[in-house]
Amino acid sequence: MERVPVLKIGDILLVSIQIDMEDQVALQLQEDLADRIVATGCHGVIIDISALDIVDSFVGRTLATIASISRVLDAETVVVGMRPAVAITLVELGLSLPGIRTALNVELGMDLLARNRAEEYDDRDDEDEDEAETPAVNAS
Amino acid sequence: MSEAGQRLEVTSDQDVVRVRQLVRTVAVAVKLSLVDQTKLVTAASELARNTLVYGGGGSVEVATVNNGRRQGIRIVFADQGPGIADLGLALTDGYTTGGGLGLGLSGARRLVDEFDIATEVGQGTTITVTKWCR
Repeated sequence: MERVPVLKIGDILLVSIQIDMEDQVALQLQEDLADRIVATGCHGVIIDISALDIVDSFVGRTLATIASISRVLDAETVVVGMRPAVAITLVELGLSLPGIRTALNVELGMDLLARNRAEEYDDRDDEDEDEAETPAVNAS
Repeated sequence: MSEAGQRLEVTSDQDVVRVRQLVRTVAVAVKLSLVDQTKLVTAASELARNTLVYGGGGSVEVATVNNGRRQGIRIVFADQGPGIADLGLALTDGYTTGGGLGLGLSGARRLVDEFDIATEVGQGTTITVTKWCR
């Protein structure tokens, strides 16, 4: 069985699907990605589907599942490179891929992940400040 | 008018990939637009998977057709599986007995120009779809 490679680039895992996947290959990718997220501690996953000439309901569901699994493992998934004809077909098929972030290409996907990560850190900093401003009641 | 088609047996995941590739090749040959090729291959993928998963395997036949004005592609998916007891329900978005999304049958129907289904409980299911060149 063929396997889709998962590449680590800095804090991001990059998957570029270049083959017409059998269903089993898609399920294997789901498992491989979950393992790699945990093994590497990466916080972002980019799935490039620019080489896919169709996305059917099985692949669509697999992408949605990967996004959910990643989120539980503290990583965000961005699907990039969807062809226009694929987008038209997916919507007509009835799949709107809820919960999946998308970007037009890998570069924009990386920007999106970096931006979200930065905002998340800002939020955490704000929370720290709030705590610091609270008077320490228990201090004697 | 229909020309002799090409037939594939569908008994594994790999065969579903082969069906997609065959349909793509024929769709390009009859000069379907890119969007229509994509819709037809996607519909064929859904229906071939149904043939495998629900029908327990079967066959797919792809042929070019001509109605005098336009060329098109006709695909017949046939299995000798359990059949579909409640067709109306099976064609409803979101209904599934197999743990999928329930979009295969209803979604595929939206992606083609003609959709015909013949099914009998205990005998099997035959689905015929056609997509015409614009």
